[in-house]
Amino acid sequence: MTRLLETAAHPRSLRRVAIEPITRVEGHGKVTLLLDEQNRVHQARLHIVEFRGFEKFIQGRPYWEVPVLVQRLCGICPVSHHLAAGKAVDMLVGVRQLTPTAEKLRRLLHKGQMLQSHALHFFHLASPDLLFGFDSEVERRNIIGVIGEHTDLAVHGVMLRKFGQQVIKAVAGKRIHGTACIPGGMNKALTVEERDTLRRETTQMIRWSQEAVRLCRDVLEKSEHAPIFGVFPSNFLSLVRANGMLDFYDGGLRARDAQGATIFDHVDCTRYNRYIHEEVKSWSYMKFPFIINLGDEEGWYRVGPLARLNNCDGLDTVFAEHERQVFREAAGGGMQHATLAYHWARMIEMLHAAEGIERLLDDPDILGTDLVTRGEPALEGVGVIEAPRGTLFHHYKVDENDMIVRANLIVSTTNNNQAMNEAVRNVAATYLDGNKLTEGLLNHIEVAVRAYDPCLSCATHALGKMPLVVELVDAEGTVVDKMVKDARD
Amino acid sequence: MSAHVVLLGYGNPSRGDDALGPALLTRVRQWIVERPDLDVRVVEDFQLQVEHALDLVDADLVLFVDADASAHAPFCLRRTKEQRDTSYTTHELSPEAVLHVVHEITGSAPPPAWVLGVRGEQFTLGEEMSVNALGHLEVAWDELLELLNDPRPQVWDARAAGW
Repeated sequence: MTRLLETAAHPRSLRRVAIEPITRVEGHGKVTLLLDEQNRVHQARLHIVEFRGFEKFIQGRPYWEVPVLVQRLCGICPVSHHLAAGKAVDMLVGVRQLTPTAEKLRRLLHKGQMLQSHALHFFHLASPDLLFGFDSEVERRNIIGVIGEHTDLAVHGVMLRKFGQQVIKAVAGKRIHGTACIPGGMNKALTVEERDTLRRETTQMIRWSQEAVRLCRDVLEKSEHAPIFGVFPSNFLSLVRANGMLDFYDGGLRARDAQGATIFDHVDCTRYNRYIHEEVKSWSYMKFPFIINLGDEEGWYRVGPLARLNNCDGLDTVFAEHERQVFREAAGGGMQHATLAYHWARMIEMLHAAEGIERLLDDPDILGTDLVTRGEPALEGVGVIEAPRGTLFHHYKVDENDMIVRANLIVSTTNNNQAMNEAVRNVAATYLDGNKLTEGLLNHIEVAVRAYDPCLSCATHALGKMPLVVELVDAEGTVVDKMVKDARD
Repeated sequence: MSAHVVLLGYGNPSRGDDALGPALLTRVRQWIVERPDLDVRVVEDFQLQVEHALDLVDADLVLFVDADASAHAPFCLRRTKEQRDTSYTTHELSPEAVLHVVHEITGSAPPPAWVLGVRGEQFTLGEEMSVNALGHLEVAWDELLELLNDPRPQVWDARAAGW
């Protein structure tokens, strides 16, 4: 239904409202609404300044540099790019199976990233909206507001994120610019001291994660918005193990439709481009991926925490699996379609990551020193992981001199592009149509986008470069009103 | 005993002039090896985040070092203080917001803090630092040495007053 709002019939006769950039979203985003004189929505689009130049940034570099290089793409999820590139480069050196220690170290690194990223998003980006309401004063709807009124919660959020960073530092050697993944393995073993230091904190991290799941569930159950806010059917895509269980690091691709029926399952990730294509639209820098055999109209899908919990058959940690079952029961055992359910799913995954970290630290293999293996070199490699925001594809081709000649990245946020647009249209149609525009109402749209935790990979952040600009533009393209919310206002 | 200084620099080394902060920190790391009389802790990241508040809790003085597109060339040095602002836009915090988090999670006033903002002009992915930024870097480096050689609040305030 809301897809009808993608393109207005007579856009030049309409009033344009631009929300730019989306706040509490990594990088730059802009929403434009075309309204008539009665403020009815005729067109709603999410524009994103995309990852232009990323592939060019990588081409011409030797393949062994890539896992380190790609961390510069993004200040928020460098570990995700590092791991996806590392898996692709493994294939280039002919390795499809790492040593047990190397694989477990990568999984530990990945769970640390998942924990810190999910903690950051929920406690510091999403919880202000959920705890204070979408219409609360803008000054309260931020992490500082959370800290002021929910001190323990905010401190737990800080400590969970800090712990995730400590895991990353222990495995990678550094908090940023780590060089953990090398072709065919890892370059650093975990010491007993590092293991023990982390292990002393896991019980607390699991407990706080459980509290976060409960809080999120309670908030959503009491929310007047949750049953209707950004609820729309979609397909879902994620990795699963051979037994159907959730796996963040490896597995085959599974796609299910809105009713839960399987579209494809256990697809070898190296064959992803036989199942997924990317559509280009004239009004957005970001491509729109879709499942080929369903076509671009019906084949778009969602990725990330909601997709993963909808798609998988279970989680292999006790507390998180219990919460997953509660999550699914809340949808009558079917698929969860509420945009706000992303937050709930994200917290269950954070708990799953915390439990998984503890399990890996208790595994004797984690202290092993057999870190690298080799195989028969190849000219093409594909690495796919479940990043915090969803499925992440890295695909490289090299020449006979081991230089990257082609790179294709489909990042999680790109996979969710159509879904975020759908959420914007859905919320605009439900909440804005015919109403007077207010900051609180406009925030509804930002809440819908933020639920997907889009990472627009804009790690540059020079001071003074990130104002929030709202423009009113008339049918002739003239700016008739403008509001700027500077970061230091 | 020298004051405990936390030098918190941030920026993406692969985005042109955004590399100014990390570049200065690289120099400090090399320089500090020869100065065991100083107590300087160097913290580098892509951008400021809530957990950086934990890096600041035991500092006597804090200096944030960043590229600054709005600064007058070659750099600005200013005293800053905690502020409950709206800089949570995107996933980064301002220096003022990080200081405020220090206050909230510890219950104590944050340490005195200054910002060294080095003028940057282009921030394109994959670009080197601009010629202008390289010039600003040299001047800012001299200033940074002056600050680290005399880590006293009144001295830093006096230098900031000159900008």
